[in-house]
Amino acid sequence: MHNKTLTELKAGLAAGDFSSRELTEHFLARIQQHDGELNSFITVTAEQALAQADAADAALAAGNGGLLTGLPIAHKDIFCTEGVRTSCGSKMLDSFIAPYTATVVEKMAAEGAVMLGKTNMDEFAMGSSNETSYYGPVKNPWDLERVPGGSSGGAAACLGARLAPGATGTDTGGSIRQPAALNNITGLKPTYGRVSRWGMIAFASSLDQAGPMAQSAEDCALMLQAMAGHDHRDSTSLNEKVDDYLGALKDDINGLTIGIPEEFFPDTLDGAIADNSREAIRELEKLGARVVSVSLPSVKLSVPAYYVIAPAEASSNLSRFDGVRFGHRCDDPKDLEDLYKRSRSEGFGDEVKRRILVGAYALSAGYYDAYYRRAQQVRRLIRDDFARAFEKVDVLMGPTAPETAFKLGAKKDDPVSMYMADVFTIGVNLAGLPALSMPTGFIKGLPTGTQIIGNYFREGQILNVAHKYQQATDWHKQAPVFGGEQ
Amino acid sequence: MAIDSKVVAQVAHLARLKVDEADSAALSDRLNDILAMVDQLQQADVADVAPMAHPLDVTQPLREDEVSEPNVRDKALDIAPAAEDGCFLVPRVIE
Repeated sequence: MHNKTLTELKAGLAAGDFSSRELTEHFLARIQQHDGELNSFITVTAEQALAQADAADAALAAGNGGLLTGLPIAHKDIFCTEGVRTSCGSKMLDSFIAPYTATVVEKMAAEGAVMLGKTNMDEFAMGSSNETSYYGPVKNPWDLERVPGGSSGGAAACLGARLAPGATGTDTGGSIRQPAALNNITGLKPTYGRVSRWGMIAFASSLDQAGPMAQSAEDCALMLQAMAGHDHRDSTSLNEKVDDYLGALKDDINGLTIGIPEEFFPDTLDGAIADNSREAIRELEKLGARVVSVSLPSVKLSVPAYYVIAPAEASSNLSRFDGVRFGHRCDDPKDLEDLYKRSRSEGFGDEVKRRILVGAYALSAGYYDAYYRRAQQVRRLIRDDFARAFEKVDVLMGPTAPETAFKLGAKKDDPVSMYMADVFTIGVNLAGLPALSMPTGFIKGLPTGTQIIGNYFREGQILNVAHKYQQATDWHKQAPVFGGEQ
Repeated sequence: MAIDSKVVAQVAHLARLKVDEADSAALSDRLNDILAMVDQLQQADVADVAPMAHPLDVTQPLREDEVSEPNVRDKALDIAPAAEDGCFLVPRVIE
């Protein structure tokens, strides 16, 4: 049952092959059995899940099913869930019971989704390996000595290990796509503003975007249908019509133009990584796509621009954690300043502190023009590069990540080398574009992914390209031998 | 523009973080690594390029100026580390 896609499970529920309660119990049992090794969940909400499953079964029996009725979903622990701990992977929020529910969670529940629990993540979504979590690192189900990527590492690992059939993630610089690639699953970062950020704990507000993660592009289309849409409570959520994403999967891709940015295949890139993505592109050519070469010259400055802009926004966003209103508070503060400083220093981990300091430095008097203003100028150059490319092509493709899953601890003390894990994904966030990562083969038993980038609001198109590829190949159906079973 | 322990202390104060002296040197090194990477930005020709603050140049939506949120004082105070008489409790600020 656990190797079935959401789409297959939805059909099984509709046909009465099994109930949502049976399905939910099955996944809860798998989590119970295997997550001790993986650590992909921070909180499992078994009781609520079974209550939601029973309600879903009643709705299905009455013929009132929604898009996701009865389907078990795991939410990243960055989304506020009323009455359930929402930790964001941080000691700062270890005892934080959210007083309200994020729009994404609410919309999916309204469509009948069953919440299995909250997944592990890098602290405040700052990391590419899930090692910055206060709750300990997540293991990669393909090799327990390796990282799952991050920051949505718990989501990607639980999907890879088939402990959940669908999960939400968030992506500020690659946090859906990079772990998707490392765990052999499909993940989509939508256009900035497509999915509401309300109730999603903020890291870098001009970059953060929530999206679906699942076994297939078709499943991501189903989830996005429920997640997307305008929300008056998020002033950056866009009031654009939500496309019919499942309908878009029926479009023909004959004549589709794929642009290959030379910057995504640098000479320094691991040849096997390049080969897997080139092979995926060749497969799409066989399906009728046309391939052209393009250049995005400023995109090589994505990582440096990001590591000014994201920390600057983070230093501002995380100033709300003051030990006064919610979150961790130090013992016996001697005055207000001591309360602020000790609460924050005890509550935040090393990487979060580093980013706050970089951000505060880049924004401080005397450095603003050299860092923050310049990074914002480069951001426009990057966006303009993409805009020029999209005058000629429909989608852009290249590897999602420059390497397969690395060993736990390998980059822990070298932040800059860790940041390079997102070298191909960050430009998309700076520009605000939608992009998807899909499984495209293995290197020495470890998964690799290929990224498909689309123009603004073309989620339907990139989901369709991935869907066509997945109909012709079976990389996305491969699951790790885990816990002695396939 | 290398960061040393003195700069770390200044910036940490701005960010209301406490940095132990024992950690300060190692932290300076890491921050300098990050800034050295970020310095690649100096290569870019940004003359006459307007800074981009937001991915989509949208205007802020406006709405009628009317009350839309309920009073959630008690709910907010329930999750505060310390509260008393409907207020957040902090150490004495005025002697």
